[in-house]
Amino acid sequence: MESSQNVIAGVGLADRPRKSRWPARMDLAQSLTGLVLGLFMWGHMFFVSSILLGKDAMWSITKLFEGYFFFDKAYPGMVSVIVGGIFLFVIVHAFLAMRKFPANYTQYRTFIGHRRLMAHEDTTLWWVQAITGFLLFFIAAAHLYQMLMHPGDIGPYESADRVWSGRWWPLYLVALFAVELHGGIGLYRLCVKWGWFEGKDANASRKRLKVLKWALTVFFVVLGLATLAAYMKIGYEHRDRVGERYTPAWVVPNPMEKAK
Amino acid sequence: MAETNNHRKLRFHILRYNPAQPGDEPRIQTYELEEAPGMTLFIALTELREKLDPSLQFDFVCRAGICGSCGMMINGRPSLACRTVTKDLEADISLAPLPVFELIGDLSVNTGKWMRGMSETLETWVHMPETQRDLKRIEEAMDPALAEEIYELDRCIECGCCVSSCGTARMREDFVGAVGLNKIARFRLDPRDKRTDADFYELVGDDNGVFGCMSLLACHDVCPKNLPLQTQIAFLRRKMVTTGIS
Repeated sequence: MESSQNVIAGVGLADRPRKSRWPARMDLAQSLTGLVLGLFMWGHMFFVSSILLGKDAMWSITKLFEGYFFFDKAYPGMVSVIVGGIFLFVIVHAFLAMRKFPANYTQYRTFIGHRRLMAHEDTTLWWVQAITGFLLFFIAAAHLYQMLMHPGDIGPYESADRVWSGRWWPLYLVALFAVELHGGIGLYRLCVKWGWFEGKDANASRKRLKVLKWALTVFFVVLGLATLAAYMKIGYEHRDRVGERYTPAWVVPNPMEKAK
Repeated sequence: MAETNNHRKLRFHILRYNPAQPGDEPRIQTYELEEAPGMTLFIALTELREKLDPSLQFDFVCRAGICGSCGMMINGRPSLACRTVTKDLEADISLAPLPVFELIGDLSVNTGKWMRGMSETLETWVHMPETQRDLKRIEEAMDPALAEEIYELDRCIECGCCVSSCGTARMREDFVGAVGLNKIARFRLDPRDKRTDADFYELVGDDNGVFGCMSLLACHDVCPKNLPLQTQIAFLRRKMVTTGIS
């Protein structure tokens, strides 16, 4: 009796063993890494799609990240540093997001049945997010390892050769849909999860966010397909000269040579 | 205006199963009924039971969306039978009991058992120092705007629709659901409750609480009382993260 009276009065709450702070940290870290990766992927798409503006434009973006325009010579290792950072974020994000996956076959079956029965858009979107996230465990790892170890092989010919002659295009095609769906849904979910841009009418804001989310997803998928097609075309035309590096005619001397 | 007699023939596909009856197997039973003007699912079920099958089990008390007893899966989504008008549905209507909760029989589930467990886990009552618990003392007046804000969240009728619609609750039985998180948000607002955010963190600061929520928002979308669950869970998440990392 005394014990229940104490509970009602809130006595002793402060004396209990404290609950771990890790769930809060992990929730925040999952969101932050997701936010950084989602925004990075949008930026990344703009950078790689510079090929649509021409080989020189793409070359300039590549060399910008290699520091050529700051140090007067190219340091591909700078790209490796960025890739390493992104790789770390991907690992942390994937590890934290994995906690939410169905943990066993029973949970998997339950969720699948629930999703079908409910036919609720946001519930289905989460499932798409989980599946694309799972795919990205493999796709992102393969792509990032390649970029980490061969940062100098990014350029109009170098990338196009990898896409076509290196037969990376099937992986990039799957990656495009996986990333854009996963990232778009993830950024939308971050907004509703933390109450960002909610305003006075949460329902109306959510509708607007969802329209924006789909618009951006379609935009980036179309941009990505056009970009991939451009690299495939260049790679196909360049298939007999694989390994040749691209340098704009107006660049003298060759920045890679200068770096040596 | 004269009403036409061309009422639809409704077909109800109802999940029948009585776990208390040995040997009973879950099955879908179909009943046909003529639709009446202004017919709700509650009226239809009552008519089915009176005219076609007295063994059909379902719950109701208030018939006005206040008690939360008649929550069930209507065409795959949780809702209240008493507030669902048949004219808004196709002629074929599927009915099933709410998942997550203990099945009593047919469409009747024991939400009370789950709700009590949740309430005990989250201590969903006002916590105040013993010295202030003088029942003869007149309670301090509350700011009307604040009282209104608390009342808004206190409109929850514990029907269980949010829990049944939640993918997390379906997968993880210890998850407290939107109803639990909404209650914490409600008591956090109440100035009579002297618990701090650190105390609330002890109750919902884990994957069974606010950090288990995957923001699927089905709870928000199906809530028959239109409670601002999305806003409250986001608010609670921000507060619990601030508490957790500080």
